[in-house]
Amino acid sequence: MISAIVSLALLGLGLGVMLGFAAKYLKVEAGALVQEIEAMLPGSQCGQCGFPGCGPAAEAVANGQAQVTMCPPGGRTLAQALADMLGVSADLSGMEEQAPQVAFINEQLCIGCTKCFKRCPTDALVGANRQIHVVIKDACTGCGKCVDVCPTESILLRDVPVTLETWYWPKPPEPFDEIRLAS
Amino acid sequence: MTTSPPIIGGPFLKQSPSVSHIMLVVMLALTPATLYGLYQFGWPAVYLFFVTVGSALLAETAWLKMAGRPVWPALHDGSALLTGWLLAMTLPPWAPWWIGVLGSLIAIWLGKQVFGGLGQNLFNPAMVARVVLLISFPVHMTAFVVPTPFMDLNAPGPIESLAVTFDYGVGPSIDALSSASVLGHIKTEVGRGAEWTAAFSSTFEMRGFVFGAVPGSLGETSGLLLILGGLLLLGARIITWHIPVSMLAAIAVLAGVMNAVDPLTYPSATVHLLSGATLLGAFFIATDLVTSPVSPLGKIVFGAGCGILVYVIRTWAGYPEGVAFAVLLMNAATPLIDRYIKPRVYGRTRRGEPLVPEEAVK
Amino acid sequence: MKLFRIRGGVHPKGRKHLSEDKPIANLPLPELLHVPLQQHIGAPAVAVVKKGDAVKKGQVIAVAQGTISAPVHAPTSGTVNGLGRYTAPHPSGLPGRTITIRTDGRDAWTDDLPAPMEPFTSSPQAIAQRVKDAGIVGMGGATFPSAVKLNLGDRYDLHTLIINGAECEPYLTCDDRLMREHPADVATGVRIMARALEVKRTIIAIEANKPDAIRRMRQAVKDLDGVQVVEVPTRYPMGSEKHLTQTLLGLETPARGLTAEIGAVVHNAATAFAVYEAVVKGRPLISRVVTISGEAVTNPANLRVPIGTPVAQLLEYAGGLKTEPERLLLGGPMMGQPLADLKVPVVKGTNGVLALSGLEAATKSVKASCIRCASCVDACPCGLVPLDMAAAIRKEEMEIATQSGLMDCVGCGSCAYVCPSNIPLVQYFNYAKGRITYLQRAEHKQKETKRLAELRTERMERIAAAKREAMAKRKAEQARKKAEKAAKNQHQEKATV
Repeated sequence: MISAIVSLALLGLGLGVMLGFAAKYLKVEAGALVQEIEAMLPGSQCGQCGFPGCGPAAEAVANGQAQVTMCPPGGRTLAQALADMLGVSADLSGMEEQAPQVAFINEQLCIGCTKCFKRCPTDALVGANRQIHVVIKDACTGCGKCVDVCPTESILLRDVPVTLETWYWPKPPEPFDEIRLAS
Repeated sequence: MTTSPPIIGGPFLKQSPSVSHIMLVVMLALTPATLYGLYQFGWPAVYLFFVTVGSALLAETAWLKMAGRPVWPALHDGSALLTGWLLAMTLPPWAPWWIGVLGSLIAIWLGKQVFGGLGQNLFNPAMVARVVLLISFPVHMTAFVVPTPFMDLNAPGPIESLAVTFDYGVGPSIDALSSASVLGHIKTEVGRGAEWTAAFSSTFEMRGFVFGAVPGSLGETSGLLLILGGLLLLGARIITWHIPVSMLAAIAVLAGVMNAVDPLTYPSATVHLLSGATLLGAFFIATDLVTSPVSPLGKIVFGAGCGILVYVIRTWAGYPEGVAFAVLLMNAATPLIDRYIKPRVYGRTRRGEPLVPEEAVK
Repeated sequence: MKLFRIRGGVHPKGRKHLSEDKPIANLPLPELLHVPLQQHIGAPAVAVVKKGDAVKKGQVIAVAQGTISAPVHAPTSGTVNGLGRYTAPHPSGLPGRTITIRTDGRDAWTDDLPAPMEPFTSSPQAIAQRVKDAGIVGMGGATFPSAVKLNLGDRYDLHTLIINGAECEPYLTCDDRLMREHPADVATGVRIMARALEVKRTIIAIEANKPDAIRRMRQAVKDLDGVQVVEVPTRYPMGSEKHLTQTLLGLETPARGLTAEIGAVVHNAATAFAVYEAVVKGRPLISRVVTISGEAVTNPANLRVPIGTPVAQLLEYAGGLKTEPERLLLGGPMMGQPLADLKVPVVKGTNGVLALSGLEAATKSVKASCIRCASCVDACPCGLVPLDMAAAIRKEEMEIATQSGLMDCVGCGSCAYVCPSNIPLVQYFNYAKGRITYLQRAEHKQKETKRLAELRTERMERIAAAKREAMAKRKAEQARKKAEKAAKNQHQEKATV
């Protein structure tokens, strides 16, 4: 009886001490985690997540205030990577892989107000007052901020066209899907 | 990426064998030994065989229906039929019907479908079922009978045999015909301190093993016909030589060495190779495509492992027969073998580093 | 000669009898030619003609851009109908930059054709330059610019030139016919290339199923030193550059490397013929031999086709289709691509147009699960485990697939050919290769975006800071002026008092 009490007490004590040390020495610095997450985010400060930018978003994810699926431009790939890093399970079923998009300016409607390129987080829009603006496709991330501010609704988001250089073979359908389709 | 109708990639030619074709050839290869086994053990064996195979098919259908998956493609591939068939081959021929039914349910559901169906299972389904049955119903699973071919006077007729298989009324007394299998007999006698040769020759004739007129499971008794089936599989390129040869060689070497060390206690290599499920196991069970390694060297390791385990279990463990256990244990090792034994990639060393050309670079 | 065994491989039905006895015929000039600017691996050529220009046969219409590129020449005389986008010979069926020429039927050669060269006294550099100018690319289908491969002697110690006449793809007979009908010219081309590479030894490798080609090529080279014709076993993929080299020399090319690293360079037999034409006659690569075959084709044929001819014209010449084809292919049945459209043009790398009937083609039998039968492991000539790679790709685990050797895969299709479950292994691998490139591009773009965003934030801060400073300055100025004014007022007040 006594030996059981003593041994259990010792065991508890020992484990407690170990946990204490682990908490002290293996502690993950919150700042480091936030930085790590921020490095993974697209960094375009587009604000589609509802936070003012990628930094605050990373902080929210690290604190658990935001889901790993919060970033639309990062898409499924990013959500998966974040879930893997944080060791949480995420429901990715709703996150369809989005085709990348770029802004497109309807030249007939553009009045050259310069509002859009003042908002563009990556300087992907160029132009001057009263002159038609142009999108630099390579720099555009398709965040849509310009679409929101355009007074004449002349900016659209379009899927990046597939070309001979970017096309690749589609993934074969799953065997069971195929049987279902056939029947 | 595209919206057009699905583009189908090459190659646009195809070698003919399909999965059903492979299963069909395996069944064809099993047929001689099976027919002979049915002939040897009479009507009860015939009933048991069809009960087992039939319930395997029903079990597969039932599962697929419950899972909401298409039934026909899965049944069509013949894998459930083959699993039931192989299981029946390893049952005592006069076992009651529920052994066959239970075995099929275990094989199909627990052995295969819970893993995700054909190709996903880690263990050989028929062997999973056999081992579960053997551990749960040791008496029924070791009740072997002396072969009583159809024309034998002692052979039960079709009506009487129903009583044997379906376990009712007063059938022909199984006790009168009952017998231990050769490995069981030798194990018992040697355990009592007798010499194995004495135990062996008092009850059995070596010739019986070649032709199959010995007590044993339904499909394991005729060495000659099993070898014939095995050669057919090799000839049809369904299996490669690696697993059967390495497994038989491992058993033969171990048995030979132990027999040379102590000829009185350890049976000879011939007895080990021809008795029990050694040949059935080497050609039909260990070679199961799904649960064996994929690389040639991996297959050799797997086969040798099976052989060693068979001998160890037979000789030093509690059971007289060890093929099922050995195969299951090596099945568990298959992912590991596949992980570490891979073919060498062209242009790389075994460790995966690019080869270094000795000359040529200026 | 001692040959070495290669691993794996398969033996598909050759079905070369359909077209192997059909002599090469000239396809009549079509009305329109659609000449793509990208017919080779590397940077696309840049057009130097414009709409309405008259062009002569052999005239340069697009120039190479960089080292790994090739110029494009007018296949016949006519006028440029336009520069636009036209369906490319590519499985996607997407359009690519193309020059369309309306032919005038005169087929008049340009006057600017380079002068014929003396083949066996010219310098290696001159030969390579001529091959480059003639727009010659690997004609076995890989379409790598040949001149680059002729210059490998600068960087590697080469000892052997291997001429790939294996033609291991079923159905195709274009190289076979070329070697049977023009053995002397092919041999001359081979000697020119050997000279450019400065190698002592040349091996012309031909699969055993082409006895006549072997005989004729042997005849053509019998008086030549250091050139031998070797019969190699009929086994797919014998025509794979690395595997042919291994069969002949017993040496494996290091992973991800070139055969030149083990001292050998491999060129196709049709490329040798093109080199002969370019060096001896000064003619650029403007036509090639194409096999039209398959059970659905009325009269299978071997045709000399001007580059840019739509496939429909070839089929029409071959008598059209006698049955509804199950598959229309560009190239061989093992590594060829599905034909998106019959208007697709023939390019420098097109060796065949096949129309397979339902009986020949892989029928659409239902795909089953992998049963781990390991047929693919045994068939893979590269020693890979295709079933594991496909399983990883199915789960989108590209890293695992790469570690299992995805990039060592030559895409020969032996695995999918033998798969009893009809798993489209090659498509899995092609998907994964494309997907990995896509992900790399996306990652690169993300990095770039981040940099741009950071630059912008910095600039915005700078602007804001500058504004604040200016504001502060102005305020200070105003305050000072106010104070001055106040002081002045005080002074005046004082004065008035």
